[in-house]
Amino acid sequence: MLDDFFMRALLAGVGVALITGPLGCFIVWRRLAYFGDTLSHAALLGVALALLFEVNITLAVFAISATVSLALLLMLRRRTLPGDTLLGLLAHSTLAVGLVVLAFMTWVRVDLMGFLFGDILAVTRFDVAVIWIGGGAVLVALIAIWKPLFAGTVNQDLAVAEGLPYERANIAFMLLMSAVIAISMKIVGVLLITAMLLIPAATARRFATGPEQMAVFAAVIGAASVVAGLFGSLQWDTPSGPSIVVAAMGLFALSIVPFAGFIRPNARSGQPLDKGARK
Amino acid sequence: MLKHSMPLVSLDNAGIYREGRWLVRGVSLTVQPGEIVTLIGPNGSGKSTTAKMALGLLKSDMGTCTLRPDLVVSYVPQKVSIDWTMPLSVRRFMRLTGSVGKADVAQAMDLTGVDHLADVEVRNLSGGEFQRVLLARAIARKPDFMVLDEPVQGVDFTGEIALYDLIQRIRDELNCGVLLISHDLHVVMAATDRVICLNGHVCCSGTPTAVAEHAEYKALFGARAAPTLAVYQHRHDHTHLPDGRVRHADGTVTDHCHPDDGHHHEEMEDDQDRGDPHAR
Repeated sequence: MLDDFFMRALLAGVGVALITGPLGCFIVWRRLAYFGDTLSHAALLGVALALLFEVNITLAVFAISATVSLALLLMLRRRTLPGDTLLGLLAHSTLAVGLVVLAFMTWVRVDLMGFLFGDILAVTRFDVAVIWIGGGAVLVALIAIWKPLFAGTVNQDLAVAEGLPYERANIAFMLLMSAVIAISMKIVGVLLITAMLLIPAATARRFATGPEQMAVFAAVIGAASVVAGLFGSLQWDTPSGPSIVVAAMGLFALSIVPFAGFIRPNARSGQPLDKGARK
Repeated sequence: MLKHSMPLVSLDNAGIYREGRWLVRGVSLTVQPGEIVTLIGPNGSGKSTTAKMALGLLKSDMGTCTLRPDLVVSYVPQKVSIDWTMPLSVRRFMRLTGSVGKADVAQAMDLTGVDHLADVEVRNLSGGEFQRVLLARAIARKPDFMVLDEPVQGVDFTGEIALYDLIQRIRDELNCGVLLISHDLHVVMAATDRVICLNGHVCCSGTPTAVAEHAEYKALFGARAAPTLAVYQHRHDHTHLPDGRVRHADGTVTDHCHPDDGHHHEEMEDDQDRGDPHAR
C-alpha cells in the first residue's frame, strides 16, 4: 500500500493535519497567527544551514525554529519591542539570512519552490514514519500540557496563581510548534503552513462548544481538507500543497454560509439573556 | 498545630519597582487561616500589585514575601477578558485550573446564583454574571487562601451584600484566609478582620466599625445591609496631594512618602489586632 506515492501523500498529509488542527486552536485563541508565519519563515534559514553543514533538514529546521521561538519569548519578556514588530523582525531577517546563505552556496542546486510550497507527492516511507511517530509524540505532549496551557491562555495570572506550571507549558508549546513546522514543511511548504494551523481551527470554531471539542474538530477538518485537496490535485493536475489549502478554505467558506447556523448545537450564543431565567 | 499558627502569606516590607518608580513599597501584612484582610486605597495605589505579590505573580523587589507552600489558592483577578475565539462554557470554565467535583461545582454555582448559566458561553455573560461565575469558580476549589480583587464590581447593591455574606460564610466553612480588595474607600465587609489602606505604601491599618453604629451610614444603606457592611475610618498622619507630593502632620511637604521609610505609621501600631485575630 505504501508503495503508491499517492497513498503515502495521503497518509503524510492526514498525519500532519491531525497535529496542526489542535495546535492551530491555540494559535487562534492566543492571536498568534504571525507566530506561525515567523517560525515558517525561519524554517528556510534552517534549510539553508542544513544544506551548508550537510545535516538532516528536519532536525535543522526544528533547531532554528526552536531557537527563534525561545529568542522571541525572551525578547517579549524583556519588552524590547511590541510583539508584532518582533515577529515581523524575526520572520523577515531569518528569511533574508536564509536566502543569502543559499545564494552563497553556488555548489548546491536547491529547489526553492519545493520548500516554499511543499512537495507532498515526493514523501518517502521514512517521511511518513517521521510524521506519524513525531506527530504522535507532539500530540501526547500537547495532551500532557493541555491543562496549564489552556488555563494560561484564558488568563495567565489565574493559572499561575492557582499553581499551574504555565511558564513551562508555554515553552513546551513553542517547542511543539517548532517540531510541527519542521515535520510539516515538506507537506504544504513554508508559505502555507500557517494556513494549515489557522483555517481548520477557524472552521472548527463555528461548531465547537468546548475547547477540547474544537481541537478534535480542527484535526478532523484538517484531515478532510488534505484528502479533498489531494484528490482535487490529482483530478485537475494542480499543485498539491496549495490545493490542500484551497480545500481547507472551501470547508471554511461552507461553514460560514447561513445554513450552517441550523446545525450549530450551541443555541445560546449571541442571543440576549432571557430575563425570566435570571434570579 | 504548627500549620495553624503559620500565616498563609506574609509580606515583610515588600515592594515592586517598575520603570523608575515604586508601584508600592514597604508593605507588611499577613493573612492567617480564617482571617479576612481587606485592602483599600485610591486608583493606582498598588492594591492589585500587592495582591499579585502575595500570590507570587510578581516578585518583590524589596523585603520578603512568603506564601505557604502546598496551599490550594483561588484567585479572582480584577480583569479577565475571554477571547471571543474561545468556545468556553461556564461549566468548562469552572474547572479551568483543576478538576473539581460535579457536586462542588453545582453547589458553588448555586451559592453565587449562577446555576442557571452552566451551559452559557462565558463571553456572553454580563459583567455582574461573570463576576459571580469567577467567585463560584474560586469557591468550588475549596481553597485555603482566596485572593479576591474587587469581587463585587458590576454587581448590583443587593447582590453585593449577598456576595459579602457569602464570602463570610465560605470563610467560616472552610476556615480559609481571604485577601480582599475593595473598590470602596470607606465601606468594607463587616466580617473584615483588618483593613489596610494603601497609597503606594501602607497609609494606615486597623479594624472597621459596624455600619450599625453610624446613624448616617445606616440610613444610607438601610437596615438590611447594616450587618454586612462596615465603615473604615482612616487615621492618616499625612495627606497625599494631587501632584504626588505628601503633606505630613507637622505641615512639611515632601516629594515622596518615604524620605525615611515608614516613619509615619508608627503610631498606628496600637491597632487592635496585631496579634492573633482569630483564636479559633
